[in-house]
Parts: sequence; structure tokens; C-alpha cells
Amino acid sequence: MSTLTTTAGPGTGRAPRRPRQGEGQRQSVAGWLFVTPALFVLGLFLLIPIVMALWVSFTDWNGRGSPFSSRVELVGADNYAALLTEPGLSRQDFMISLRNTFYYVVGVVPLQTVIALLLAVIVNQKFLRGRTFFRTAFYFPSVVSSVAISLVFLFLFTGTGAVNQFLALFGIDGPVWFSDPRGLIHLIGDWLGLWSVGRPPSALADTQVLSLSLWEWFSGPSVALTAIMAQVIWTTAGTFMLMFLAGLQDLPTEVEEAAMVDGANRWQRFRNVTVPHLRPTILLVVTLGVIGTWQVFDQMYVMTQGGPAKTTLTPAFLSYTAAFRQQQWGQGAAMAFLLFLLIFLLTSLQRFVLRDKDEAATRRARRRQQRATRRGARA
Amino acid sequence: MTRNRRIATLSLVLSGALLASACGGGGGFEEEGATSAPASASGPVDLKMLIASSGDAETNAVKEATDAWAKSSGNTVTVTVASDMPQQLAQGFASGNPADVVYMDAALFGNYAKQGSLYAYADQIEDNDDYYESLRQAFTYDGKQYCVPKDFSTLALQINTDSWTKAGLSDADVPTTWEELEAVSKKLTTGDQAGLGIGVGIDRLGAFVVQNGGWWLKDDASAGAANTPEVTEALEYVQRNVKAGNFQMSNQLDSGWGGEAFGTKKSAMTIEGNWIKGAVTNDYPDLKYKTVELPEGPKGKGTLQFTQCWGISADSKAQAQAVDLVKALTTVEQQMKFAEAFGVMPSRQSAADEYTAKFPEDAPFVAGGEYGHGPINSPGMEQVVADLNSKLEDLGGANIPQVLEGFDTNANAALGQ
Repeated sequence: MSTLTTTAGPGTGRAPRRPRQGEGQRQSVAGWLFVTPALFVLGLFLLIPIVMALWVSFTDWNGRGSPFSSRVELVGADNYAALLTEPGLSRQDFMISLRNTFYYVVGVVPLQTVIALLLAVIVNQKFLRGRTFFRTAFYFPSVVSSVAISLVFLFLFTGTGAVNQFLALFGIDGPVWFSDPRGLIHLIGDWLGLWSVGRPPSALADTQVLSLSLWEWFSGPSVALTAIMAQVIWTTAGTFMLMFLAGLQDLPTEVEEAAMVDGANRWQRFRNVTVPHLRPTILLVVTLGVIGTWQVFDQMYVMTQGGPAKTTLTPAFLSYTAAFRQQQWGQGAAMAFLLFLLIFLLTSLQRFVLRDKDEAATRRARRRQQRATRRGARA
Repeated sequence: MTRNRRIATLSLVLSGALLASACGGGGGFEEEGATSAPASASGPVDLKMLIASSGDAETNAVKEATDAWAKSSGNTVTVTVASDMPQQLAQGFASGNPADVVYMDAALFGNYAKQGSLYAYADQIEDNDDYYESLRQAFTYDGKQYCVPKDFSTLALQINTDSWTKAGLSDADVPTTWEELEAVSKKLTTGDQAGLGIGVGIDRLGAFVVQNGGWWLKDDASAGAANTPEVTEALEYVQRNVKAGNFQMSNQLDSGWGGEAFGTKKSAMTIEGNWIKGAVTNDYPDLKYKTVELPEGPKGKGTLQFTQCWGISADSKAQAQAVDLVKALTTVEQQMKFAEAFGVMPSRQSAADEYTAKFPEDAPFVAGGEYGHGPINSPGMEQVVADLNSKLEDLGGANIPQVLEGFDTNANAALGQ
């Protein structure tokens, strides 16, 4: 804090005071001393485990004793190769987990974002009665432990559970959700008469890409995974609602009033005033959503253990089973790093896609202008 | 600039301290390998024991037994109940400071034996021959038996006696062959009850395979042997009946396991082990049922055995004392105490008579000790077995020869490592 106050900010009209030699040094030492506990904790629980895991992913460590002992041998990129290039069970399982999680992310992230935004707009209404109640109610699932919620959903979605009894009111014979491995795209295609689930088209079933047939790649989320997706959307929409709500309350009333004066109707105001204003929040919510969904673990661990027929296997859960159940620690660590890379790439891509295009254009223009002035000065 | 240098030094010191603290505690990177002579700490030792308990009855019985040994030998024993056994075992062995004595499941045994985490002490047990041969086999890796079986369970056939009499069947109709099993399950099948409910996976289906003279792997576990007529026919027998509706897999019956389908009367018969006794008493106390031996297949009797052993860690500092403790826990007398407390079957043949005299209704389970087959215990096979199980979930619709061929390919890859 003191560093901020001793150097005068720009625009105060006073030239910044040159700190005496000793003072600056003392301050930086003090600063480092203050952050040392935090750095220590971060290093011990974050940095060192990550570095160790990276090391393990390049070794054949079998889980006994220290991974740095001389018995452990470096195997290069073998663990990564087993997951990516060598046909075999490991690659098959990893690809299945990527497929499952892809459908999971594609289903969960847009829905939870839209629902969260909708809920936020609703509870932001000034004239809504019992606003506090609804805010608490919508946020409540986020506060409850995901394990407890998973257990409740396990009961809701049993063959004779509440969900199926509700469906039965409309004459729909609901599936045994958590033991149904049929893919949604398969089922919809079957229903539309495009193909038969029992006898998949051979063009799809016989073409193998990365240990899975095209038919398997295009299965869509299984019925079991869909039930988990419903649960996750329900749980996290509340969390993200809170972020949108904060963003909404930041929106100056004058702007909205100005739009009203300009004759914008409710939808136009939402579309052209509210949503652009919320762009940073949307970026945050989508980014957190993508990261969180790719790492999904709890639900699979508690509810399905990857079943039925591996359709709820996810990279995080697979990494856990590879290490703790099968003692293939190298492969487990390699999966974790591949997942990290994937998430990193996706979030970077998403930042690029969702960047503020006006701002980027202005920045580009300014840079062009600066270059031009420099050139002009030189001439 | 001096400031920057200073900061750099500080960070270096900091990271050095971090590394030292992260790697310390274990006494450096190197540990001595497993030696054949037992590590024996002198003086009274504190043995740590990690168990996967089925409930308070088991925990208390184990604690009582270890306390008795501790008192007579002058040592102490700390019993810890694991909440997630495979994970806690893995953590212990990785730390280099594992519990001295652990419950070791036969299905996990292979990986830990290969990894060198277990101390092979079976050659120090004088009456090792008294344990059932197939159980000892379950804890043998690379020709060496590592530990002695704690107890065991086998599969048998449970029959809901109410459904049985309602279908007009008598004691004389108890099935002893596959044909009879098919016939009675057809008679027992009603609109809301399947004749026979079977738990998903090879831990139940394997019994039919054994009855048909087959096994998933070759006898020496060197390669897969699932794509053989013995295994294929056995699974096709079950599949045929599943398609006909006489048999149903537990997931078709909206149940987590065979016992649940049986207890909720969704099936009139099931194939489960002796643990079903406790489950029925706790969850379905009104259920009337009896247990009989599994019917014979074309190649004779067959069932599956499940077992755990008293594993001793290779990194234990007091192996001699641990072996002594295991000896005390595996006497006929102590095994009978465990049997009475939480319903497990003694792994000693010499205790079989006493056990059947005390629990006559368990005779069908005990009989399985003679002809049962232990689980797949080769290292690296867990992933392969999990894959097979996932493909057999929908047994009715499975392409069995294709599934078994895939299993053999994967098994060969895993065993060839």
C-alpha cells in the first residue's frame, strides 16, 4: 500500500519524488516478505505438484516410493503416445472420454449461460415481489455440496423415480436414466427414420477414426449423461446468475432511460444495451463454464463411475482411475496435461472470438496512426 | 540493480526451501528394496493396519483380535478403516510409509505385487497348505505366494421360496443342470418378476464360464482365452435366456446388483455370494429365501471365489511382528470368531467342518471352496476387465464373439507388457 502513496500519480502536477536509495530497497524486501507465505503455499500445493505430475507423465513410475528415485525410468513421450497415437485400450478410453465431455460441454455451457442470464434479468426486476427469496432460491443449489445433490438426482432419475412418474402423466415411458447408454443423436436419428440404432449404417460403423467408429463418435450424449447434464445446469446456473446480477446492477439507469427516450422497446433495450454491457461478464461465465465442464469429476465419481458402457467417462475421472485404480500413474498424469492443453487452447480461442471488436479496431487504428506519425517525423 | 538481485536470491532461497520441504520427511529419494529377510524392529512396535470394513461389526471384531495380540506380545496395533480402499492403498505405497498390514483384494493384488509394494511372507507360514489351493493361487504372482487368505466368499443360487411354491415347484425341482435352471426360471417368470436376476459383469457371468470348463485367460495367465467355444457357449446360454426373458441382468431390472433385484422381488432367483445374508437381514427382513449350490454346467460344477489376504507392506519397518500378528489372526479359532461376528467364511480347510456345523445354511457357499475359481489377478488387467464388463452390460444385444475377440486382443496387449 505504501508504495502507491509515496509515488505521486500522474496528473497531480507535481514531479514524482525520487525515493531515497535505501527506502525503495527496504520496501521491496518488505513486500517480498509479505508475499512469501502466499508464495510458499502456492508453491507447495500448486507449483511443486504440477511439476511433479509433469515429471511423472514422462516416466514409468509405478506408484511405489518417490517418483524421483533411481528405479524410476524416463520413457519419453510413451505415455502420451499410448493415449494419442497407439491403437489400444488406453487410446480408446481416452477418446471415449473426450467424446463424452465434448457433448457434455456443448450441452451444458450454452444452456447454463442462457438460463443464468435469464434468471439474473428476472430477479433484477425492481418491481418483482419477493426478489430476495428468488435470488436465494436460485442460488441455493450452488451452496449445497455436489455430492449431496448427486445422490438426490440418483433417486429422482431411477426407473421408478419422480422424473419417470412425472413423464408417465403424459403417457411417456421414461428410460432407466442412469443405466441407459444409448446416445441422443442415435435416438433422434432413429426417431426421424434416418437410421436404425440396432443396425447402424455401415458407412459410419465401419470407418474407424482414433479407435472409435464414426458411428460411436456421432453418438451424442448418452441418456445417462443427459441426466447428469440436467443436474449440472440446474446447479451452476445459480452461481453464474450471481455474476450476471452483479453486471446488471452495474448498468447505469441513465443509459437504459436514454434508450427508452430513443424509443427502444424492451427487447431492443435488452439486445442492444444490456447484452453489450454484459460482454465481459459473458466472457467470464463462458470461460469458467468451459473450464469447469471439461474438468467434470464429482458427478461421475459419485453417480456412475463412468458407466453405463463408458458413456459418462470423462478425462478427469479416467485420469483418476488410471492412476489410483490401475497404477498407471504416467498415463494418468499425461491425461491431466492433455486436458490442461485442451482447456488452455479452447479458452484462448474463446477469448479471441469473444473479444471486443470495436476496441480491438480502435487499438489497431491508434497503432497505425502512431506508426504514421513516426514515419512523418522521420521524413 | 542490487534490488533485482536481492529479489532473485530471495526467490531462489524460497524455492529451495520449498523443494526441501516437499521431498523431505521420506528421508531422501531412495528406499531400500524389498528384502527376503523380514525387517524386524526391536522393542515394542506400533503396527498400523488399514482395513476396508463392511461395518461396525467387522471393525470391532478386528480391533478386538488385534488388541488381544497386542496385549500378549507387548506391541500396539492401530486399526484404520479406509473410506476408499484402492485410493488409500495407492497413497500409502506411494508415500514410502504405508500401513504395515492391509486388507489386500485379490483383484488388486497383481498390480501391487508387480510394483514390489508387498512383502512375500507365505513361506514363513508352517501350515500354509491348510488354505484352499485356489485361494492361495489368487495371491500368487510370478510363481510366488505373497500373503495368506483372510477369508473368502463364493457364489451360489438364491431362491425366493414364496415365488417357488407359487409356481408349483417343490424341493425336488431345485435345478442341478443348465437345462433345469432354464426350465425353472421359465416357470418362475411372471409379468412383474424375472425368473433369474444376474448382476452385471464377469464377476457373475464368469460362474457359467467355469461351469462350461472355460476361463477368460489361459491357465498360466499368459494370454487371453475368451474367444473359445467354452466361453462363447456359456455366454450364449445366458444371452439366449435373457432374450427369452427368463433371465434378466440387474440393470434391466433397475437394480444396482442382483441382491437388490432379488430383495425387491423383481427376480425370483439370483446368483450372489454369502454377503447377501447381511443385505437381506438389513434391507429386506421379510424376504423368505434359501440358498443352493449353483447348477452344474456341461463340464461340471463351477463357481467364483472372492477373497482378500492379509497383505504386509514391503516398506514396513516391523515385518516380523506383522507376520506374527497375521499368524494370530488366521488361527482356526480366530477365523471362526470373525465368521460369527460378520459372516465371512474361513479360508482354512480345517475350519470348514466347524463352520458348516455352526452355519448349516451356508453349506452351498462353503462347497464352492472346493471347485470355485478365483478372480483375474494379473497386473494390468483391470482396464481390460472393465472394458469387457462395459460391453457385457447389454448382454441381450451384445455380439458375443466380437466382444470376446476384443477382450483377447486387449488382454494380450496388457499381459505382453
